[in-house]
Order: sequence, then structure tokens, then C-alpha cells
Amino acid sequence: MSAVLSVFRREFASYFATPLAAVFLVIFLALAGAFTFYLGGFYEAGQADLQPFFRFHPWLYLLLAPAVAMRLWAEERKSGTLELLLTLPLALWQAVLGKFLAAWAFLGLALALTFPMWITVAWLGDPDHGVIFAGYLGSWLMAGAFLAVGSALSAATRSQVVAFILTVVVCLVLLLAGFPMALDLVRGWAPQAWVDAFAGLSFLTHFQAISRGVLDLRDVVFFLLCIAAWLTATVLVIDLKKAD
Amino acid sequence: MIEAHALHKRYGRLLAVDGISFKVEPGEVLGFLGPNGAGKSTTMKMIAGFLAPTSGTAKVCGHDVQAEPMAARRALGYLPEGAPGYGEMSPSGFLGFVADVRGLTGERRRERLQSVLQRLSLGGVLHQPIDTLSKGFKRRVGLAAAILHDPPALILDEPTDGLDPNQKHEVRGLIRELARERTVLLSTHILEEVEAVCSRAMIVARGKVLADATPAELLARSRYQGAVSLLAGDSIAARAALDGMPGVSGFHQDAADGRLYVFPQGRPVAADAVAERLRQRGVVFSSLQPERGRLDEVFRRITTGEATA
Repeated sequence: MSAVLSVFRREFASYFATPLAAVFLVIFLALAGAFTFYLGGFYEAGQADLQPFFRFHPWLYLLLAPAVAMRLWAEERKSGTLELLLTLPLALWQAVLGKFLAAWAFLGLALALTFPMWITVAWLGDPDHGVIFAGYLGSWLMAGAFLAVGSALSAATRSQVVAFILTVVVCLVLLLAGFPMALDLVRGWAPQAWVDAFAGLSFLTHFQAISRGVLDLRDVVFFLLCIAAWLTATVLVIDLKKAD
Repeated sequence: MIEAHALHKRYGRLLAVDGISFKVEPGEVLGFLGPNGAGKSTTMKMIAGFLAPTSGTAKVCGHDVQAEPMAARRALGYLPEGAPGYGEMSPSGFLGFVADVRGLTGERRRERLQSVLQRLSLGGVLHQPIDTLSKGFKRRVGLAAAILHDPPALILDEPTDGLDPNQKHEVRGLIRELARERTVLLSTHILEEVEAVCSRAMIVARGKVLADATPAELLARSRYQGAVSLLAGDSIAARAALDGMPGVSGFHQDAADGRLYVFPQGRPVAADAVAERLRQRGVVFSSLQPERGRLDEVFRRITTGEATA
């Protein structure tokens, strides 16, 4: 476990060694605010909750989570540090987990920095703090799923740009899996059971339940399983493509 | 001790390593020599546990790299080709990370860090991002990371590539010093390095070991070993004079400087006898000197099969 922690610490610190962390945090907070107030109609809704804030998180992550995830492995592969890291006495899964957790913690930090939003609603009205907490938890879980997808796709290439684009596309498909647009793609040729299974993969459906304050264990497990699956894929991809 | 037994690595249709076997004992420095793409790096990557061999086994200090990967990696210090490091980190942060993953703690950690920083004179650049360091410093940071845990076995992939002559000299001194009680396997395509640091050299090409000998033995295979050379006013006359002399197998005249090389047959050519004979026949000559073996010629002959001088 200490190897996971060492990798985590190094990776987390590396975000702050360059302007990346500052740029990312500023853009994340600015976009989160803009979405909430302009698109979400936070004031117009006249409700003391954070629905308008959470509603746009899937789209915010669609853009920004791949930007955090793209460097995870593509950069290691490109700079040759992959070889260094994987010949240290640590298992591949430990490296994958440590790096993922660092990215997840970084997005967690960005999310935590939106706390003035919570303070604002608490000051303006009398919100249900349980619902807001569930919303934050759900949002963070979904961020983890996005990052895990990004981790696997970043492992597949040495180009961060390719990793970014692939991740955005795959995440978009996963987001929209429950929507007619995406379902129609499948409905034409797949049996109904497959269509239902595909719809069940939708990040949006699972997130919407949580963000409304319904912390269903199934949704939490869905995101955790999603993370586990994509991280396993990361391990497999790295193992298969080491020689490239 | 580092052992390889019938290592093979296949990439699709390309057989990069085709049955390499060897054993390096503590105190030995084995130099891997070979043209680019010969399979040197691939072999090293397999022993370091980065790539899985297609077949065959490798052991580091008795630990099979596949069956006991962690024990093997703990016993090994590895410098990958190009000495990669995390560019945004400082040497201090980077070495701290390697120390963490290697499980160095407390007094030992402090003592080891101090020791490698001093040994590789990294004190002055401790807090600069690695990206901003010169090639020589980057290489030294990589070496520091490789020897941080004081490993009994070391694999160094082109440790002096891209360094200036002074830095090369320093790194070679370090390798010799490290090799005293350790097992060292290094790769290079700088032939002078083999004579400077290696106690044994293996010439590898197309994934196969073509020669495995001490540098002196390799030199002895050179046709320049035991030859003499001279500058003659009339080289045709000189050749005629020396032709048929016992112990002389042939001649070669360097097109660039006109120097005439007299090759030996078995025993070295005696310079005195050559001088005596030329004087007897009235051939004017100057700068007669004994030659020694040339590693580059041996290398070329072994790796390409051609016997050019």
C-alpha cells in the first residue's frame, strides 16, 4: 500500500509543479459558476438548492476530466519514465491505482473549492444539506468514472491529444447512453435486453438520481464498478502495449 | 549476479532477441556491444522486468525476474536508455520518490540520499527542475536513482551516451568504482568504453551473441595486433623488400596518409627485423612503429562479416 501512496504523492504534487493546477482550477471554478448562474438560472429558480449547479457537472467533466486524465500514462510513455516506474519494486496495479487516485483527488479538490456555492445557498435560504452532500458525492464519483476512462485511453497512446479526444468521445457516449440519440444506434440491430443494458450504462441517469438527493446504493456501486473496470482495462492496456 | 538463459523476444514477425545466454559474476563489468537494433536494450529490459521474454529466463541475484519480480527488482539498479526522469520534478524530489517506492526510511534513507548526491555531485542542482538540466546532469540524476538503494547488481543502458569527454571520464570512474563488489551489465556502442571499463565484452548483432571475451582477447583477434607500420619513400619497393620475410602475412597501405601496415603471421612482427631488412635493401623509411589491435575493426568484422581494414 505504501507504494500506492508514494505514486499518489508524486503524481498529485506534479499537478502543482506546473501552471496546470492553477489554470485548471481557475477554469473549472469559472465554468462551474457560469453554468450555474447563466445556463442554470440559479437566481431565477428561486429555490435554495444546488440543482442548477450539479445539473451541468456531467458537461463540465466531459470537457475537463479528459484534460486531467490525458497526461496520466501518455506522458509517462512519451518521456520514457514508464520504463523507470515499472522497473521499480511495485506492482503495475499499484502504479495505476496511485496515479488514478491522484487525479481523482485533484478533481476532488477542484470540486471542494466550489464550497462558496454551498455557503451562498445556505445564506440565501434553508437548503437540505443532506441533498447537497449527496450531490457532491455523486459528482465526485462521476468524476472518478470519467478519469478512469481517461486513464485507460491515455495508456493506449503516447499522444496526449489523441488521449484527450478519445476520452471525450467515449465519455460522451457513456453520458448519453440513456438518450434516444445514442439508443437508436443500438436499437436497430441489438435485442431489447442489450438496449436496456446499454441504457443502464448511462452516467447521466445514475448521476441525476444522486444529484436529486437519492443516494441509492446501486448508483454508488455503478460508479465504483465503472472505475474498477476501466482501471483494470488500464492495467491490461499497459501490459499489452509496454513494448511500443 | 545476473544470469540470462536462452532469452528470446519476438515482436510480431521480428525476432529481436534470439537466444541470448550469459552469466555475470560480482566484480565483473560486462559490456554489451552491438549495432543499433541488435537487441541490447530489449535484453536489458527483459532482465529489468519491464518486458516479458517470449521464452527463456533471467535471474538477478538468484531471483527469477518472472517468478519473483519484486525480489529481483529490489536487487537491481536499472538505468533505462536515455536516463528518463520526471521533467517537472527536481532531482531532490525525484530521488525522494525513488527512495519512497524502494522503501528507504529514516537514517538509512538520509544516508543513502546524501551518499549518491555527493558521489554524483548533484548538490548544486538539487532544486532545479530536471527538464532544465544539461544532458550530463540528467544522466547523473538517472544514475543516482539507479544506485540509490545500493543494489548488488546494476544494468546501465548506454550510461555515457551524449556526455562530453570529461563527463564520460567521470561516469566511467564511477562505474569502475561501483563494480568493485557489484555485478554490472552495461551497453554501449562506444568501443573505447569497453577497454576503459569492461572486464568482459559481448558482441551482439541481430539478437544473437557473436562473441564473448575479454577486451584483450577481442583485440587479439584484430589483424593489427602485432603488426608494424611505417612511412616509406617508395612503398612499392618497401613491399617488395618485405615480401616473403618470415612472419609477415600481408600488407595494407592506408589510402589517406600513405602509411604501410605490415601484418603478422602468428607471432608479432619484430620492428627491428623489419628495419634491418629495409636498410639492407636500401629502402628509405620513417616513423616505424608497432601497432596494437583495433576494436573497431574486430567489431565491424564480427557484426557485418566483412574483413575490411
